[in-house]
Amino acid sequence: MASKGKNRKEDGKPEPEVKRPIPEQVSDQGMSDEIVRDFLVESNENLDLLDRELVKLEKDPTNRDTLSSIFRTIHTIKGTCGFLGFGKLESVAHAGENLLSLLRDGAIALTPDRTTALLGLVDAVRQMLASIESQGCEGERNDERLIETLKRLQKDPACQVAAEAAAAKELEEIREAKAEEKKEAAVEPPKPLGKILVEQGTVTPEDVAYAVQKQLEGDTRSIGEILLERGLVKSQDLLTAVQTQQQQAAKSAISESSIRVDVVLLDRLMNLVGELVLARNQILQHTQGVQDAALVASGQRLNLITSELQEGVMKTRMQPIGNIWSKFPRTVRDVAMSCGKEVRIEMEGKDTDLDKTIIEAIKDPLTHLVRNSVDHGIETPEARIAAGKTPEGLLHLRAYHEGGQVNIEIRDDGAGLNTEKIKKKAVQRRLITAEQAARLSDHEACNLIFLPGFSTAETVTNVSGRGVGMDVVKTNIEKIGGTVEVQTRAGVGTTVKMKIPLTLAIIPALLVTSDGERFAIPQVSLLELVRIEEQNVAKSLERVQGAPVYRLRGQLLPLVYLNKELKLERTASDQDGGVNIIVLQADGRQFGLVVDQVNDTEEIVVKPLNKQLKSIHAFAGATILGDGRVALILDVRGLAQSAGLVDNRQDRASATALLEEPGQQAADGKQSLLVFENKDGGRMAIQLSMVARLEEFPPETVEKTGDREVVQYRGQIMPLVRVSDALSGETSAGNAAPESGPMQVVVYADEGRNIGLVVEQILDIVEENLVLQQPARRAGVLGTMVIQKKVTDLIDVKELVRLSGGIEAPATEAEIHE
Amino acid sequence: MNERRQFCTFWMGQRLYGMPVEEVQEVIREQEMTRVPLAGAMVRGLINLRGKIVTAIDLRKGLGLGEQEAKGPLMNVVVSNEDQVVSFLVDAIGDVLDVEEEAFEDIPDTLQGEARHLVTGVYKLGSGLLHVLDAGKCAQLGET
Repeated sequence: MASKGKNRKEDGKPEPEVKRPIPEQVSDQGMSDEIVRDFLVESNENLDLLDRELVKLEKDPTNRDTLSSIFRTIHTIKGTCGFLGFGKLESVAHAGENLLSLLRDGAIALTPDRTTALLGLVDAVRQMLASIESQGCEGERNDERLIETLKRLQKDPACQVAAEAAAAKELEEIREAKAEEKKEAAVEPPKPLGKILVEQGTVTPEDVAYAVQKQLEGDTRSIGEILLERGLVKSQDLLTAVQTQQQQAAKSAISESSIRVDVVLLDRLMNLVGELVLARNQILQHTQGVQDAALVASGQRLNLITSELQEGVMKTRMQPIGNIWSKFPRTVRDVAMSCGKEVRIEMEGKDTDLDKTIIEAIKDPLTHLVRNSVDHGIETPEARIAAGKTPEGLLHLRAYHEGGQVNIEIRDDGAGLNTEKIKKKAVQRRLITAEQAARLSDHEACNLIFLPGFSTAETVTNVSGRGVGMDVVKTNIEKIGGTVEVQTRAGVGTTVKMKIPLTLAIIPALLVTSDGERFAIPQVSLLELVRIEEQNVAKSLERVQGAPVYRLRGQLLPLVYLNKELKLERTASDQDGGVNIIVLQADGRQFGLVVDQVNDTEEIVVKPLNKQLKSIHAFAGATILGDGRVALILDVRGLAQSAGLVDNRQDRASATALLEEPGQQAADGKQSLLVFENKDGGRMAIQLSMVARLEEFPPETVEKTGDREVVQYRGQIMPLVRVSDALSGETSAGNAAPESGPMQVVVYADEGRNIGLVVEQILDIVEENLVLQQPARRAGVLGTMVIQKKVTDLIDVKELVRLSGGIEAPATEAEIHE
Repeated sequence: MNERRQFCTFWMGQRLYGMPVEEVQEVIREQEMTRVPLAGAMVRGLINLRGKIVTAIDLRKGLGLGEQEAKGPLMNVVVSNEDQVVSFLVDAIGDVLDVEEEAFEDIPDTLQGEARHLVTGVYKLGSGLLHVLDAGKCAQLGET
């Protein structure tokens, strides 16, 4: 039964070194394979333990218990390797063991060099194990250098300890024998009370000997009582000793009471329980009208037992988050070392349980966030001291249950995010425009770090800064129905908060009906339900160029008809006149899904779809409802995508939403338009693709050349065109009335030269289908359209520039998508 | 050498079809079916097979046989293959037949159309012909 899946394991505790019964005869291949597999599973766990303990040891180099435990672990690996004939592995482990034995004796001291070498050893062993697992052999590795380093580090020039190889060898052999004994002792029953008391230093061995002698002489009382009576020990000390003893007893009990179980088996049990729940539901339905009291009673019993069984099986799949956290001290140490920082890691809520699949899904994102915090968040010791902080940074991990979800926080006490720098970077990387950046709140700016292609690291380190991380973190967390957000305070630190569902297998869902079929919608993407009564339908449902929308609290919500999207026969509106809108959110977009009926909410068990149906993006899976029928689970994201929803900038502009149009022109013919107000109060728009920059110029910077107004701009002389004057046919010189405030200028770049369009006020940037509803009425205007429900003139920039006179406009026509 | 093979047989119209008995997991009566919108035409829907969700494939359509004449209840032939389970909808279930390998013949070259790659051959029985179906290829009918 050797599988990678392991049963719930207490964190930080050495895996019980229960000696596996080795078959007397390794009669066939299968048997020895099994031994190797057992060895791999066991060793991998031991290596994880080593990682933790080495880091712990570095903090507290004199801790002999930790040292001995490390020594034992390496020794076990070495021993088993020899037995199984993995020579290379054995020689590497052996070199490490030698170094460790000297350390344990205090002959040499633990230096960062030595820790690094030992961690290197752990990595080497891990790689070899991986290769044994995949190829059945240790692989073509050359660990001479590592062995060399380990050997070299055995000598300690500073202390001049006689660590001659021969002597060390001799010592080591003795120690090996001792370690063997210790290993056996690892699962020994708790120590006798007398021994504990002596170790605590409260009584002398003689006192204990006396008490034991008493017992031998026929005193039936316990040692503690005898000692207490003689006044040799204080009752307080005795109490601590007894507690210690009990703890040890409990420890050995735990190690004997856990077993490994194959995850596949657990999954199968989970499925069976799901079926049992359904069978129970059906039986309960049948017993409702029955008079037979005995049957009803057993039905109820079945009900209770099933619920308990379901809960129990669910629990077996749960793992404490400490299982993945336990790797972090090592990670933090390595990262901190490589960037010259000092970081302490604190963990709170290690026992918080999560479903195994979730644990697996958040492992990489969490690791990335931890690395990021150390690499980017926490400052160098010098910078910290300068900022009045302790040189050692603190990374605090916290997990706790709240409202059926697990919250995970990663907090550092570093410099915090520099929102200005983030905005600048985002603009520089063309992730957002300068105008968008200016409008972002600090909180929104923080979330820019989740955009793909974003990275603020000045230099790309080997740790992070490749700009591939945070967006992947976000996507992965959202994939399992979780959320991530960043909070930061300059100089105080940054906190990344995640909310994760407890389990993926069972999710709350809303059941809806369309065309007689029931569908389940995961509640994570559900925002609200709206019902429009029959008499209001005509009034409330509007159309934008034929696309149905609903005005939800003043904002336009695009509507998607489930029947139409799934190509079902009927359309929703003929159901009973009213319209049911389910407001959903996916990828930062909101839309309303129109269904025939909204039924109920239910906890559903998610089951994957068969291979044949995987390619349909509208469905995330299927489930079996209480009545035994199958219902499909809608994939809200997939639906939104297939419906071709493009985010409207007007709705709760989140950083991700801003990204939906990487260029300024969206895929389906929509274009970004800059809307501004003209001097006469009229609204005008210009295609954003023609706008180079938005600038403000104080009126006094305007100079004149001939009869033209110009400003000095980026080392060029930029002519200014006053839009209102140009349109009314006047030349700019004729109307040079002094301005009161700074002039708003839209810089239009044309064939290497800049022309500044002076407008009254910049209003907004919107995305619209360029559909002119009225042809041009005057020169310089392409036509008129309705933007944000207001009549807006679309400017023909080139024509306008020509109208203003003096500047040659290129002959090409303005490119407009009709 | 009298090698024998066992086939789970079923009827569609007047024709007898069969799949190797090892591949057939079970045969069940008509189940309540959930339609799958947007799925391929061969997918009739999803059924709940004791907690497992199984895709039901319309074998008649796959073989190009057209609608069933007398609309009776359909039977599900549940086949597990390559760690997925699919159900084939057929008109009626026949016996499990023991056939001699010698009675096998490849499909005639004149057989054209979609059925050609689904039928691997025929066994000549005393009472007629048994069409042998390739369960894996039949399962692919459902793919969109």
